[in-house]
Amino acid sequence: MGAGHSHLLYRAGDSPVHRIAPHVKIVAALAMVLCVVATPRSEFGAFAAYLIVLIAVWSVAGVPLRWFAARAVIEIPFVVLAVLLPFVGGGRRTDFLGLPVSVEGSLAGWNILVKGTLGVLVSLTMAATTSQRDLLAGLQRLRVPSLFVTIATLMMRYVEVIVEEARRMRIARISRGHDPRFLWQFGATARGIGTLFIRSYERGERVHIAMLSRGWSGVLPDVNQTRPAPGVWVAGLVPAAAFAVTLAVSLWM
Amino acid sequence: MTTSVAMHMSDGLLNAPTSILFGAVAVLGLVFATIGARRDLDDRTAPMAGLVAAFIFAVQMLNFPVLPGVSGHLLGGALAAILVGPWAGALCVTIVLVLQALLFADGGLTALGANITNMALIGTASGYLIAVVLRKLATRTRFGLVAVAFVAAFCNTVIASLGFVLEFAIGGDPAFALGGVAATVIGVHCLIGIGEGVITALTVGAVGAVRPDLVHLLRGAARPLVIKEAS
Repeated sequence: MGAGHSHLLYRAGDSPVHRIAPHVKIVAALAMVLCVVATPRSEFGAFAAYLIVLIAVWSVAGVPLRWFAARAVIEIPFVVLAVLLPFVGGGRRTDFLGLPVSVEGSLAGWNILVKGTLGVLVSLTMAATTSQRDLLAGLQRLRVPSLFVTIATLMMRYVEVIVEEARRMRIARISRGHDPRFLWQFGATARGIGTLFIRSYERGERVHIAMLSRGWSGVLPDVNQTRPAPGVWVAGLVPAAAFAVTLAVSLWM
Repeated sequence: MTTSVAMHMSDGLLNAPTSILFGAVAVLGLVFATIGARRDLDDRTAPMAGLVAAFIFAVQMLNFPVLPGVSGHLLGGALAAILVGPWAGALCVTIVLVLQALLFADGGLTALGANITNMALIGTASGYLIAVVLRKLATRTRFGLVAVAFVAAFCNTVIASLGFVLEFAIGGDPAFALGGVAATVIGVHCLIGIGEGVITALTVGAVGAVRPDLVHLLRGAARPLVIKEAS
């Protein structure tokens, strides 16, 4: 896949994490986040252990810590809520740096903050090491209905058609004397949204017919037909197993 | 309350049993949607479904401010239902949500079930039902179609936010007063609903004017060609 087909968060590479079969990665990521969510909020050690496992995965994948830190800002809105909770929550109060804070509220805020952050980090790990094409192939191998994969595949293609069409319309507006500035651009884009849809559809229709005439049957050909060896599952599920063990220990202790 | 405003719930907002419960609800709903969509989609309409999904995906990147510090984005349920029908529409919105969670870490993986239940199932179904009830109006004039799209999109947003309130009541953190959460969420979604309605109305209006054959809601409503005598 050329650069034009990879998505924003993907970091091309050839590490063992990149090479794990995509469907194994999807299952592992889901299992990991489930473990995080099921962990009682006062098990601080368990959350630290999750983070250590993730950092180990990143070092194997060769993605620098900084990269994740910069992209985890996606969850800033959640942090704002979590920081407010200690002050608005009810129940027993305690003093923190001279400010009265609610114990219940602090724990609730911590709960959202830590679980949200770990969830985002797991998803980012997945996104950084799996290309868009692999991801769709992974969904297909997980026996996701073919209709679903077909729509998702077409959607990925059309996102680029829409973005390009929007760019063309913008250039057309500018060359007719439109002066786009930060906010004013917004109004023109909004008014042109219906036209954008029609233009994208008609271009997409041509692309689709071209694909059909070149033998597209509605399913992505799975280039990697061989069933992954059991070893792949084992290797891919190691981090998830580490999460599960941490959860079991924290629940048992 | 920016978390719930974005409608994409993150991990940890709901507890694990509730996440799994709504995951099951979502899977069940999607099984029905897939069965229904198989009947609806063919060679010609499958790309339409893909485009609607891509369009919702792209337009969701535009956040419109509704209050200082609070912004909303398109949910797309009513738009998808009017253009490709309720079954394929629910699938389109689901695909957008799944890919956003997997590729962009937007919305938690464990909250996916609840997010799909709200936006893809409840949102699309409510938007479609309202559009069908008002179908007579939509088929009569172009303005009627635009108005129906607006109303359906507005209701879809507000009703989808009720789904969030329900989930939060079952598995949310008891540190929040439910009444306050409900009032904030529903209030903000009334405002987001206006933005949703405008985008939906503009898009459906444009498609209905140029290619009415692509609008699912207008199927079977094509008026016969009238030949007028020159006077």
